[in-house]
Amino acid sequence: MNSRVTPVENRQLDVSIPSDVQYIEGIVEQVVLRCAAHSYPRRHLALNVPVALTEALSNAILRGNHDDATRSVRVRADVDSSRLVLEVHDEGTGFDLDACTEDPTTPENLLREDGRGLFLMRRLMDHVERFSDGGNVVRLILRRA
Amino acid sequence: MSFSVSTRGDVCIVEVEGQLIVGNRQELKQKILDELEKGSRKVLVDFARTGYIDSSGLGVLVSLAKKIREMGGDLRLANLNDDLQTLFELTKLDTLFQISETRERALEGF
Repeated sequence: MNSRVTPVENRQLDVSIPSDVQYIEGIVEQVVLRCAAHSYPRRHLALNVPVALTEALSNAILRGNHDDATRSVRVRADVDSSRLVLEVHDEGTGFDLDACTEDPTTPENLLREDGRGLFLMRRLMDHVERFSDGGNVVRLILRRA
Repeated sequence: MSFSVSTRGDVCIVEVEGQLIVGNRQELKQKILDELEKGSRKVLVDFARTGYIDSSGLGVLVSLAKKIREMGGDLRLANLNDDLQTLFELTKLDTLFQISETRERALEGF
């Protein structure tokens, strides 16, 4: 992977990648491996973490950075035996998380092709928040069951 | 990740190996559109060797299902593991697709 990796303890990950969706799987794999090392439940490793992190990364790449490969996405993961904290930073101006409440499971939305990303992050993580820190940051927290 | 296409009778079977996510969803869409172009109207997507699916992968399946139904055909799914089944239930897409436990069951009565 052609990304800049900051040396950190094994339980942590701090990586900057170009805004290219082809990098997503590699980042997800690294985070899942760290969770597996802390014996997170199989469901977390196979569903919650990969899907929620993929959503956060694709939002950052495609919406925050407008798929501009000259812009970077920074991913920070801190894993211990009690919880996983993920932070995905992009160079965009952010969005109003509280305003994004549309339910993709209603009959009028079920046939829509889009609109499930944030919903899945909220359903698969214990906490989702967004804030600005010289860019846009989405923080996801998953408690180890 | 890769997609393999085969046929059984008049059913086009597409197997998804690896993830179905934002980085490869268009490849799946194009493969199935190519099969529709060739005349297929019955499409079965087999997830026996699939890891995880993100919202854009789900979106492509919804888009293809709508298109195939408009053409008088059907898109069915098979071999979802427990995690994928949960994903479809969370999004209520299990109500939109006919989902079978095995490929053989999906092919019955297609």
